[in-house]
Amino acid sequence: MTVFLLRRLLQAAFVLLLTSVIVFAGVYAIGDPLEILLPADASAAERAQVAASLNLDAPLPLQYVTFLGSALSGDFGNSFVYNRPALAVIFERLPATLELTFTALILSLAIGLPLGLWAGTRPNTIVDESIMTGSILGFSLPSFWQGMMLIMIFAVWLGWLPSTGRGTTGEILGINTSFATVDGIRHLLLPATNLALAQIALVIRLTRTGVQETLPLDFVKFARARGLSEWRILMVHVLKTILIPIVTVLGVEFGSLVAFAVVTETIFAWPGVGKLIIDSVNALDRPIVVAYILVIVTMFIVINLVVDLLYSLLDPRIRARA
Amino acid sequence: MNFRSGEGLAARSLRGMRQSPKAMIAAAVCVLLMLSALFAPLIAPQNPYDLNAIDFFDAKLPPGSVGTTGITYWLGTDAQGRDMLSAMLYGLRTSLFVGLTAGVLALLTGTALGLIAAYVGGRTDTLIMRFVDLMLGFPAILVALMILVIFGQGTWKVILALVFVQWAYFARAMRGAALVESGKDYIEAARCLGLSPIRILASHILPNCLPPLIVIGTIQVAHSIAAEATLSFLGIGLPITEPSLGLLIANGYQVLLAGLYWMSVYPGLLLLVLVFSINVVGDRLREILNPRLAT
Repeated sequence: MTVFLLRRLLQAAFVLLLTSVIVFAGVYAIGDPLEILLPADASAAERAQVAASLNLDAPLPLQYVTFLGSALSGDFGNSFVYNRPALAVIFERLPATLELTFTALILSLAIGLPLGLWAGTRPNTIVDESIMTGSILGFSLPSFWQGMMLIMIFAVWLGWLPSTGRGTTGEILGINTSFATVDGIRHLLLPATNLALAQIALVIRLTRTGVQETLPLDFVKFARARGLSEWRILMVHVLKTILIPIVTVLGVEFGSLVAFAVVTETIFAWPGVGKLIIDSVNALDRPIVVAYILVIVTMFIVINLVVDLLYSLLDPRIRARA
Repeated sequence: MNFRSGEGLAARSLRGMRQSPKAMIAAAVCVLLMLSALFAPLIAPQNPYDLNAIDFFDAKLPPGSVGTTGITYWLGTDAQGRDMLSAMLYGLRTSLFVGLTAGVLALLTGTALGLIAAYVGGRTDTLIMRFVDLMLGFPAILVALMILVIFGQGTWKVILALVFVQWAYFARAMRGAALVESGKDYIEAARCLGLSPIRILASHILPNCLPPLIVIGTIQVAHSIAAEATLSFLGIGLPITEPSLGLLIANGYQVLLAGLYWMSVYPGLLLLVLVFSINVVGDRLREILNPRLAT
């Protein structure tokens, strides 16, 4: 286990290092760093000052070390737009994104699991066929367009829900969240649904496949022989077996939710990190872009590591192989 | 799915497709859309890039309107007075070009690396597969987004970003299939005949590994098209000079809340139909070619 952990940590450090090299190459080495790091209306004096402070006359490897050093201490420079440390701006926006992704994750399980179980227990019927076609549709719907259609239907035509923004937040247990107010929840509904739809499709497929692979197994036959009801077999015995792969996949899919949050946040004007990165790209706010990429990559490495560790705890065979 | 001996890959696929009306319709739609994209300049009522053909007075007309020149805009016009239907046909062309090119390039790269990993083995194998695992641990759209954020937008940059995030799927499938095949008797026989490794790889192992590659290729083309549309919508994908479906939808988004729905609804529907039919075909191909292939 220790070797496994060490190896994974080493790998994680390597990936972070690789990312930092790529980001460095993209932002500092290609093109004029001054062009990128300074606002367009910077004066000649400002240029000279920044050039000196970044010691741009130093050889590239040395510049990289400087960049890495300040990045490691969490210093990515001040955002041009907000005029505050880039990292602080990102961490300020992160809770809104996490709230959105967690809601979507819960929605995808609450809707996907029952539909997958339903389709899985009735293979090759109309129910199964419709649910599976529906899930391909869920995969195929372009997230951004689907969000626009949700706004058009529920906000513009029906007028049931607000179209954009986060609404009022309140405090629950000291955490600022949309769940505290009705207005907050109303604002959360459309973006969370939009983000959840593709994941629902995925959970349906995973659950259905799992059910179909598990039902013919011996332990299910034994359970039947013991006279347990079909409902109990499905909800306790089968579900317990198929939940392991689903939970692991969802761990990884949580990352995919963070990725697609960029799209959903842009459409619904949700004030999270996803909207921030797109706004920053358009405003050429490079410190934010660099900080965002490194923060997200770190987050992913941590998620992947946790998922791997969880998996090896749940299933010792993985540990043996690694 | 029963396998008939002596039946080729194409024949088997075709027979399997015929057994599913849903897949047949989807395949027909795919072919139809590809032909429309290919012949867009011939069938589009208007050349949306020819400034002489566009009348600014026809801007923002709803579907079915008749323009000043007597042309009927069946799907309305955009904010510049362009015929939506024509713009969509040209957009489809761009979207398909990017999706197919990225899919094929990823297939070639991934297949080559997967073959090398399986054949050479040892450290090379470990190195390539570690990289594959690494790539698969990150969502494709996020990596593509980061690449474009760092290196800027552009058609070939989008294609390269898509290839970079997709090759790993092919490499993993190729390596797996190649390892299974190379343990079989006919490969042993080919070795005994003294055939060169290249020849064994190219003409014996590769053809027998095609089924999973075809399935993944189909699905990845759909992914490429959707990803390109998303990136273009976010403003970091294709340049405005080559409006793909994603960019058309982005333009329509500006006026959606004003009630001018047709500028975003129709290109979006076209994109959905395209991606959905490719996915349905891919799903069916998976059932036909490899019942146990994991998603």
